[in-house]
Amino acid sequence: MNSPVQPSAVQTYTPREFHRQAHDALGNPQIRANFRKAMDGLMSKRRDVFDDWDLETLRDLGANIRLRALAKLPDLLEQLEANCQANGIRVHWAETGEEACRIIGEICASHGAKSVIKGKSMVSEEMHLNAHLEAAGIEALESDLGEYLVQLNEQTPSHIIMPAIHLNTDEISEILHQKTGTERSRDVDYMTAAARAQLRERFMAADVGVSGVNFAVAETGTLCLVENEGNGRMTTTVPPVHVAVTGIEKVVEHLRDVPPLYALLTRSATGQHVTTYFNMISGPRKSGEHDGPQEVHLVLVDSGRSNIYQDDELLDTLRCIRCGACMNHCPVYTRVGGHTYGTTYPGPIGSILSPHLMGLEETKDLPTASSLCGACGEVCPVKIPIPDLLVRLRREAVGEGRGNVPGAGVKRTKKEVVAWKSFQWLATHPAAWRGGTAVAGKLKALLPSRLGPWTDYRVAPKPAGTTLHTLVKRHQASQSSEETRP
Amino acid sequence: MTPVKLYPPKPDRVYFYGTCLVDLFYPDAGLDGIRLLEREGVAVDFPQDQTCCGQPAYTSGYQDEARAVAAAQLDLFPEPWPIIVPSGSCGGMMRTHYPKLLAGTEHEARAKEVAARVYELTEFLVHVCHLKLEDHGQPEKVAMHTSCSARREMGLAETGPALLAQLDGVELVEQARASECCGFGGTFSVRHPEVSAAMVEDKTQAIEAAGAERFVTSDCGCLMNIAGRFEHQRKAVQGEHIASYLWRRTS
Repeated sequence: MNSPVQPSAVQTYTPREFHRQAHDALGNPQIRANFRKAMDGLMSKRRDVFDDWDLETLRDLGANIRLRALAKLPDLLEQLEANCQANGIRVHWAETGEEACRIIGEICASHGAKSVIKGKSMVSEEMHLNAHLEAAGIEALESDLGEYLVQLNEQTPSHIIMPAIHLNTDEISEILHQKTGTERSRDVDYMTAAARAQLRERFMAADVGVSGVNFAVAETGTLCLVENEGNGRMTTTVPPVHVAVTGIEKVVEHLRDVPPLYALLTRSATGQHVTTYFNMISGPRKSGEHDGPQEVHLVLVDSGRSNIYQDDELLDTLRCIRCGACMNHCPVYTRVGGHTYGTTYPGPIGSILSPHLMGLEETKDLPTASSLCGACGEVCPVKIPIPDLLVRLRREAVGEGRGNVPGAGVKRTKKEVVAWKSFQWLATHPAAWRGGTAVAGKLKALLPSRLGPWTDYRVAPKPAGTTLHTLVKRHQASQSSEETRP
Repeated sequence: MTPVKLYPPKPDRVYFYGTCLVDLFYPDAGLDGIRLLEREGVAVDFPQDQTCCGQPAYTSGYQDEARAVAAAQLDLFPEPWPIIVPSGSCGGMMRTHYPKLLAGTEHEARAKEVAARVYELTEFLVHVCHLKLEDHGQPEKVAMHTSCSARREMGLAETGPALLAQLDGVELVEQARASECCGFGGTFSVRHPEVSAAMVEDKTQAIEAAGAERFVTSDCGCLMNIAGRFEHQRKAVQGEHIASYLWRRTS
């Protein structure tokens, strides 16, 4: 039997090709429909779940908790390390993603590991951990259902919370059928149960479990992991070794900082009051205990983050608690989907974070891929001023920022500079401006009716013929003549 | 906490900052805004040396150029009168971004002082003039598109609809996803024309599906974009700046 639905073709994406990838996605009705439907649902769930809350007060609290943690970041990281070590967690520092991969590879090698089971971790995606482990002969299997589907389909996540959000039920059915031999079905429960059974065996056989971290609590040395499927708990408790990997910005000062952030995270991300699982990992199995890993490692990854930290504006990027609400509410993300961005983190947060991780040469089209509508900043649970940061990165890209983002100035072209300098001159010389706009009005018949791509979809705007400057003068003249009339 | 804006009593005189899009493409909307103010007994001063608020350069990253243009606009408003802008986008630029853009320069104090006097037109008509309207127009179904800057940057989602609600002949219909961007975004529509086109296509479909015969907006960027799309498809739905619509139906 041939299925009418074929899962999206395997393809590699790069931020350099944003325009081409956006063109392809916009022309793909299935992608358009999948994202529109999913984002509409997520926006409505978030709205409903915050209905009875004083959301602004909670967002202020969340923002302040994150700002306080960032203000003390170096100290908190040392405190986290000391308290984790006191709990028996081994702490590793990695300056780059490659170094983090090497550290995890060495931990695996020291245990003779052949198979790794993974809970969802965007940092591990960012550093391409799976490819690194596979090159070392270690199989890395994703256990989050969405990640599992994406991995089976040889893709990358299209959303940071819902990695397979670009796929619909029929596509998922087809992937599971082709790759694992399940029956084709539209029964979500059947497909989920099938995947669960497949994964259950792999949990039992895995040598090492790798997870991410949502909040690392400095005062207690506790690693908090938020999840819905139980795969996070399995990953962190069944294999004999657990490796948690996270960016250095995920630290919070106090245990009491966690509940407000957790309340914001689940509601902003999926519209849930609470997730099915909330794991607090505080060390390896103690003597006399019957389960839990014998070893727990924490790998703290910098990978450009301390560079962001040096800049008092860009610093706000590091507040992020990775809820994905900014992409759920982004009219651009909703149209083009996550893969189009070609980055681990798509959507608005990706457009302000990826330039630091990959450089502006690679990502120069991302900060402009926003109408600055402000929907992202409006929903951000920790009040990151995302539109302002997009503008800041546009400045960096054209060489009018502080020059401390990799690839700064890469978008500066002579043509654009001349255009904006001319604009500046005209707009600061009112007589010339009035002359110019009046002439544009008079010559409207000579202006092109096609203005590049604008007129592929819209009728070109035509100057009115008489400017407001002139209309007001006439208006005032007629008023004063009325006043002087006997 | 979001700061609460305290509105002053109705002044005798205001400045009108027309914006470059109104100046060049929709001058009637500017003049109609001035007429609405004058009808409320507010004298309007239109500084002839006004040009552009500088936003296109600012959002394109050309901060130095934007700063020079912004600084030149500050000289236009020497008296302590309110500054009325018929655009949430340019109003938001002046109110929100001028103080940051000019911070640390000789213009800092004046930028803050000017920013505090900036009002979007419908905001001023509702909250300061307490405008009362008598409708003389034909019955019509109208959709309001509030620009993203008016809605989010200036917090003015309600003022446009509040004015339209006073018009007896107008049935205000709400399009699906009314708060979603129309895809204009200034230079965004030029740098990412296909994404922008997909957004405006959805916006026109939503307005049409709501049964609107007309849409009004307080921003000429959105107007140019949405009306340009309707016209390209040869649809009957008309677009108009809210100032013109209000003036036309009540004069």
